[in-house]
Amino acid sequence: MEPTSHDFVARARKGLGEDGLQEALARFRTGFSAKRAEAAARLPEFEALRDEAVEIKAHTIDHLDFYLEHFANKVEESGGEVHWCVTPQEARQTVLDICCAANAKTVTKSKSMIGEEIALNPFLEENGIEPVETDLGEYIVQLAGEYPSHIIAPAIHKTKDQVSDLFFERHKEHGATKRLEEVDELVDEARAMLRQRFIAADVGITGANFLVAETGTTAIVTNEGNGDLTQILPRVHIVLATLEKAIPTLEDMSTILRLLARSATGQEFSAYTTLSTGPRRSSDLDGPEQFHVILLDNGRSNILNSEFREALHCIKCGACMNHCPVYGSIGGHAYGWVYPGPIGAVLTPHLVGLEEAHHLPNASTFCGRCEAVCPMRIPLPGLMRRWREREFEARLQLPRHRQSLALWSWFARRPALYRMMSGLARALLSVLGGRKGYIYSLPFGRSWTATRDMPAPEGGSFHSQWRRR
Amino acid sequence: MNTGDGRARIMGALRQGLGRGELSAERKVELKARLDSPKTNLVPARGNKSQDARITLFVEMAKAVQASVTRVPGVTDVPGAVTDYLAENNLPSDIVMAPDENLDAYPWAERPLLNIRRDKASDADQVSVTTAEMGFSETGTLMLTSGATRPSTLNFLPENHIVILRAGQITGGYEEGWRHLRERGDGDFMPRTVNLITGPSRTGDIEQTIQLGAHGPRRLHIIIVED
Repeated sequence: MEPTSHDFVARARKGLGEDGLQEALARFRTGFSAKRAEAAARLPEFEALRDEAVEIKAHTIDHLDFYLEHFANKVEESGGEVHWCVTPQEARQTVLDICCAANAKTVTKSKSMIGEEIALNPFLEENGIEPVETDLGEYIVQLAGEYPSHIIAPAIHKTKDQVSDLFFERHKEHGATKRLEEVDELVDEARAMLRQRFIAADVGITGANFLVAETGTTAIVTNEGNGDLTQILPRVHIVLATLEKAIPTLEDMSTILRLLARSATGQEFSAYTTLSTGPRRSSDLDGPEQFHVILLDNGRSNILNSEFREALHCIKCGACMNHCPVYGSIGGHAYGWVYPGPIGAVLTPHLVGLEEAHHLPNASTFCGRCEAVCPMRIPLPGLMRRWREREFEARLQLPRHRQSLALWSWFARRPALYRMMSGLARALLSVLGGRKGYIYSLPFGRSWTATRDMPAPEGGSFHSQWRRR
Repeated sequence: MNTGDGRARIMGALRQGLGRGELSAERKVELKARLDSPKTNLVPARGNKSQDARITLFVEMAKAVQASVTRVPGVTDVPGAVTDYLAENNLPSDIVMAPDENLDAYPWAERPLLNIRRDKASDADQVSVTTAEMGFSETGTLMLTSGATRPSTLNFLPENHIVILRAGQITGGYEEGWRHLRERGDGDFMPRTVNLITGPSRTGDIEQTIQLGAHGPRRLHIIIVED
């Protein structure tokens, strides 16, 4: 997909002014995070599991060549095919070739962020193959002509009313006559619309949460059952995965599985964890006749030899965005590419270039919640800070940002003046903050406070606190 | 596609990224040994209890994710438990059942009103009956595997899925399942599909309101047969 991350500032501002989005985000901000906290509290071993998961993943990444080769050999032994693709172009061409060889007309898809990364849907459409998204959230964004705004909840930016309007408009041609108001009716209608698509599909495409080296197994974690209907009904099953999804054994996968759903949605376990190994066996009554795994690099091997290697530990649970105050205010579309939120701010500059994505690492208050909840303990604020340094070195910032920093450093080198000016500013802000301690309208910063409240300083300056120690 | 070339290019890029060449033969042997005898990592203490307590926990966890559970004293009670469930939920007595030999242990003929087809599922089927390979008390999860007599479509196409599980098949954590699969098969022990199923199908994609029956079964009913 074409990134629009360079336009982040304008898109974020637009998001802040969209009523529907703000209504959806108000619900989002408390939903997943509260459930995650409850799920973590219910499992006494949760923190210890995180430590173990980090170790397992670091070990895997250190030996990624070995584990991927073992995985690929096992897939081939079980009758599947592995396609090694360096670029998105290679990956989508491979998918197309497999579809053409199978004379495919329609393809069902279960949610895959790699599918978004390689812009698979428009490519298949251009080549006369109809891709049908089957995850409800993905189905909604596909009908709306949009793209996902969250990696596990693609339509989180939409309200129920918007979905009602959308279904009413788009399901008319399929015989729907009524604008449905309730969630259960909407889900039922989508189920009915998609059922025949599942049955008619020639090829099913899923993503992968894990590639198990021990057995050559791919695993997906879902709740709706669409990922299963996508892979057991059509003749051909294609799995899209990037290299870092490898995991040594089923036991190692189990450790991370215990963290995944709890971190993502606060569920104890997702409804369906499905392990797929090769095509159907000769005596099986159902299942796909062909099994293809597309292993995509698309920049992952470059991340390995950078100071951002830990970003490859990501298991795509979405916890960082669920807990990010910036994501929670502007929504995922502002980030302008596949991965929004803190992990997006770290991955996107790698995958689409710093010039395109240099705003994203600045979209953080460094409050640290993302790192605190990341099951893989990825130091997201630290990694964003490194991008900010690179952005500064590459002189990509807006001139006024550089000028402000230059002004600040001019004062900082004149301590007496700095203390006097900062003391004055602090006193003024405290007065403005009044009893509530929040400033609702900042002189010279009205556009800043239009969508935020500024906390007034309290407890003296850093210098004065430091002196007292 | 130039698959062989892609593999070589990616391996080269990975090794460059890792700052080393191919692993030494010794290191490969060590890593292979790690794969050949997988180590059990930390398993939550939750599932580590007496068999009775495990079953209780399994039932509690399964119900917490909106599965329904019935416990019956013996094999002869199973067909009755199925007909009762169908009656309670106003479901037809036409059922599609896995050709699984383990299901032959139950006296279906005693319930002549049940119209049983032994096959994979088709779109018209409303109720399926299968066994499970195991139940994990940790999260109320069932493990089902595909095979010549166990088609996976039964687990997903019909709106109602009834699973018959022996009490002795209920264990603690998922690791017991992997051990069981390794012991059951030899060499390449993985069946085409292993389904870990925890409650019926659901979605929260509209305003995070949980709705059951997104694409898979709306109802999951588990019948536990005491050994």
